[in-house]
Amino acid sequence: MSLADKDRIFTNLYGYQPWNLPAAMARGDWDNTKALLERGQDAIVDEIKASGLRGRGGAGFPTGLKWSFMPKESKDGRPSFLVINADESEPGSCKDREIIRHDPHKLIEGALVAGFAMRARAAYIYIRGEYIREAETLFAAVAEAYDAGLIGKNACGSGYDFDVFVHRGAGAYICGEETAMIESLEGKKGQPRLKPPFPAGAGLYGCPTTVNNVESIAVAPTILRRGAAWFSSFGREGNKGTKLFQISGHVDKPCVVEEAMSIPFRELIEKHCGGIRGGWDNLLAVIPGGSSVPLVPAAEIMDAPMDFDGLKAVGSGLGTAAVIVMDKSTDIVRAISRLSAFYMHESCGQCTPCREGTGWMYRVMERLRTGDADVSEIDLLQEVTKQIEGHTICALGDAAAWPIQGLIKHFRPELERRIADNVREAAE
Amino acid sequence: MPKVTVDGVELEVPAGATVLQACELAGKEIPRFCYHERLSIAGNCRMCLVEVAPGPPKPQASCALPASEGQVIRTDSPMVKKAREGVMEFLLINHPLDCPICDQGGECDLQDQSVAYGRGATRYHEHKRAVTEKYMGPLIKTQMTRCIHCTRCVRFSEEIAGVDEIGALYRGENTQITTYLEHAAKHELSANVIDLCPVGALTSRPYAFEARSWELTKTLSIDVSDAIGANIRLDSRGREVLRILPRVNDDVNEEWLSDKGRYQVDGLPKRRLDRPWLRKNGKLVAATWDEAFAAIAKIKPGASVAAVAGDLVDCETMFAGKMLVGALGSNLLEGRQTGMKYETSNLAAVNFNSTLAGIETADAILIVGSHVRWEAPLVNARLRKAVKNGAKVFLIGPEWETTFAAEFLGEDAAVLGNLPAHVGEAMAGAVRPAVILGGAALAKGALAPALARADAWKLVRTNDDGSVWNGFNVLHMAASRMGGLMLGYAQPGGIADLAAAKPKLLLSLGADEVDYAAFSDSIIVYVGHHGDKGAHAADVILPAAAYTEKAGTYVNTEGRVQFSEKAVFAPGDAREDWTILRALADALGVSVGFDSFAQLRAAMAAEVPALGVEGLADYGARPAAPKDAQAQGVIGYPIKDFYLTNPIARASATMQHCSAELLHGEPQAEAAE
Repeated sequence: MSLADKDRIFTNLYGYQPWNLPAAMARGDWDNTKALLERGQDAIVDEIKASGLRGRGGAGFPTGLKWSFMPKESKDGRPSFLVINADESEPGSCKDREIIRHDPHKLIEGALVAGFAMRARAAYIYIRGEYIREAETLFAAVAEAYDAGLIGKNACGSGYDFDVFVHRGAGAYICGEETAMIESLEGKKGQPRLKPPFPAGAGLYGCPTTVNNVESIAVAPTILRRGAAWFSSFGREGNKGTKLFQISGHVDKPCVVEEAMSIPFRELIEKHCGGIRGGWDNLLAVIPGGSSVPLVPAAEIMDAPMDFDGLKAVGSGLGTAAVIVMDKSTDIVRAISRLSAFYMHESCGQCTPCREGTGWMYRVMERLRTGDADVSEIDLLQEVTKQIEGHTICALGDAAAWPIQGLIKHFRPELERRIADNVREAAE
Repeated sequence: MPKVTVDGVELEVPAGATVLQACELAGKEIPRFCYHERLSIAGNCRMCLVEVAPGPPKPQASCALPASEGQVIRTDSPMVKKAREGVMEFLLINHPLDCPICDQGGECDLQDQSVAYGRGATRYHEHKRAVTEKYMGPLIKTQMTRCIHCTRCVRFSEEIAGVDEIGALYRGENTQITTYLEHAAKHELSANVIDLCPVGALTSRPYAFEARSWELTKTLSIDVSDAIGANIRLDSRGREVLRILPRVNDDVNEEWLSDKGRYQVDGLPKRRLDRPWLRKNGKLVAATWDEAFAAIAKIKPGASVAAVAGDLVDCETMFAGKMLVGALGSNLLEGRQTGMKYETSNLAAVNFNSTLAGIETADAILIVGSHVRWEAPLVNARLRKAVKNGAKVFLIGPEWETTFAAEFLGEDAAVLGNLPAHVGEAMAGAVRPAVILGGAALAKGALAPALARADAWKLVRTNDDGSVWNGFNVLHMAASRMGGLMLGYAQPGGIADLAAAKPKLLLSLGADEVDYAAFSDSIIVYVGHHGDKGAHAADVILPAAAYTEKAGTYVNTEGRVQFSEKAVFAPGDAREDWTILRALADALGVSVGFDSFAQLRAAMAAEVPALGVEGLADYGARPAAPKDAQAQGVIGYPIKDFYLTNPIARASATMQHCSAELLHGEPQAEAAE
């Protein structure tokens, strides 16, 4: 039932072959891209819509629908832009990195196809500052594509002019938020913008812009080649396609692997990761979608289908499918507290609840870790997370609140135990 | 005109209004910190959250959300109350709550709103954040621990002032508002960030720990530091004006005030003339009023008398002076102290006709001989707005640092007669073209050629949309100028006419910029309030009231008549100017025709009716331009030091600090606190 090798999109995910253009072409990239473009913009968008591809950056917004928001013609002379989000900074996520370092031409071809479909003048690939080797590869790959006439003037002989620019970030998690990324690309401080206006109306340099994840873009050419029906043959209704899962933590063989959507968690782990360290009874909890989604305790996750809706049903989310597995040796409070420290560090400081609240949450979490707190502070912490969630400009506030909410929901007895222990120790 | 429902009340709001504005129209108070009508929307304080349907099931920032048809807005629901409490709690957890020692106390948005919308008790038991103090210059005192990061000051500097002086460093809870390298904020409008700051992070340095807001008596007045006539409020306690704040007047100063207008206040009690002085054997000696009047009566000037008015005097003083000189049989009056002699027969030619608010709408502007940033900082802010709206600006005169995109065409006034082609095209092709003549241009005789240009470019026109546009502007620098011209304080040959007449008695009404060497044969009677140049040259000094110490009428450079009120009494034996001149009439044995201030005002309004009515004076149509007039000579701006242009500012320690530190780069030693 799981994904067969012939159905894999990322055929060089592990770098067994070179990343460069000849090798990529041998794997089928840039194979008559002109023909893909000749299908026409609307046909490409319709095909992507039909494939059921949902954004791979975390929110899961239907990609084809997003592309269709772009203006069909420029009424005031403003060009449109495609921005590709390669600022992969979510703790646990490492899929874009593999794509860029081993299969960059999938991304560049995807940029051309997607950019053409949304009538964009150029694509900006915003790559995370810490990805130094990956950026080098990407720069080189883009240069190769230019030299081969695949992008630039008359890209692939299609008559369409399309540029691809690679921009390196400076190491801010928040620049993975689409409007903060646009600000950063414009040379400003990376702080999210107020919405509306949405980027599709006024984005980069005030022009219509679509921001897509690397994976969403990189899979597009293959979907077009093999057809929407093929892509949507994987996964459950509303959660179609294949997906790169990044399993880290207490499994025998952590890995990045392409699998069909909706694969049950147990199967994913057994098949690709060699099982949980110490066996399934040793599983404590899983953060299934990168640091910003709530954790799911072992019992609930074991047979949950790994897709957007399946994980929503257990109170979490697929996110970027960065599966962080924690066995019973984990200090779960410390783990979540560390995530709180991360969000405090990465808050941009623009709006009040996140700027002030992330620090507050972290400090209370640190005290809960050692038990140096009052039981009532658990409820206080829960309230503080609720005061942040939904009150901020961007989703970082939500992302900071959710892991703690998940902890309190599932591990409240553990928190109370630590407090009680601490009180007892102090009494002794 | 979308229709929205606010707390169950349906109302129509103007198209383009935000939800916040809609709520205000419905009479609902929406708490806010970052939102400010005159700044761009930041939406970062999250205090203005309201519940809006249709929309996501979470509160929305009302300041940034456009009001749209059919919206149902709730400002009183439990969700909103909880959201406000939550945001207020976050704002307060790292706020020091040092209200008892904070200068903002009593007029603090955070204080007020925490009482109205906060929880009442803290639940935060961690350590609070402390932020190192930032140096922002001699005017702005910082206590950045109190900062709530609303970024109003940042947006003001960028958007209104046009200088990137203030910004935010770092991120998250380490965000700090600073002038980057801790340079002083050097802009002429810099102190307005103090008013904008909703908390006590930026407070007034010269006013630090002077008074509490509730102890102060508030008096409405008009600023005299330039010719804009900014509307101000004098905050006084006892006999002293402690601070000056701008009032809102969209036609004049919006809600800004130049640093000079705001901080020359501490010059008011310094170097004051608080008793009469007589010059005996070349030295000034203290005298009584009777001795002073007797000394003047002894001169027996007859008709050989002249009066020169200073830059700060009100119309009543000038009118009283005019009546006195007239009663003695002379009409030698002049207010242009530095010797300018432009034609004044038609005041429409020397007025800021587009109005201050109107210049914002101009689309091509030629500025001749005006260092606008120093001569009228508030006009500079308007020009910046015009440029933001797409106006092209050209300047003739030595280069200065503009806060907007502009092109300097040359330093010589003769450029006006020989403009580059693209300038002519831009001006001729504009829908609302404007010319601004500064004092330096008038001094080079640029008025007549500018009028000729005005005709060529049709600066006065009725546009297609029916609006009447008059883009011919003269930007004066003295608060008394337009009033003086209306009262006839102008001779065809300027002040040289007065000197040539060699009057026995020269009445100097606070005139401190005159070259008194030209009047070496005259007995100079100085009626003024500060011991400045005029007093040094005087033979008799009659101590008078400063602008805060008398009610007065002022006419700004756009011909706007405005009235100010008296905040405090003049110090010592000093008297209000009109009473001195009235008494002087008795001493000289003539009658000026009024015995009270009301009578004086009535007589003045009878002679110049416009001075009796608040608002823009009507100067009629502009005269035809004289033929073949040419401007000549390299333009030199009259203001050499923005902070020291008048006797009050020169007496102000704060202004001297500013001048030394901001203009002359001298480091300022700071006393230990």
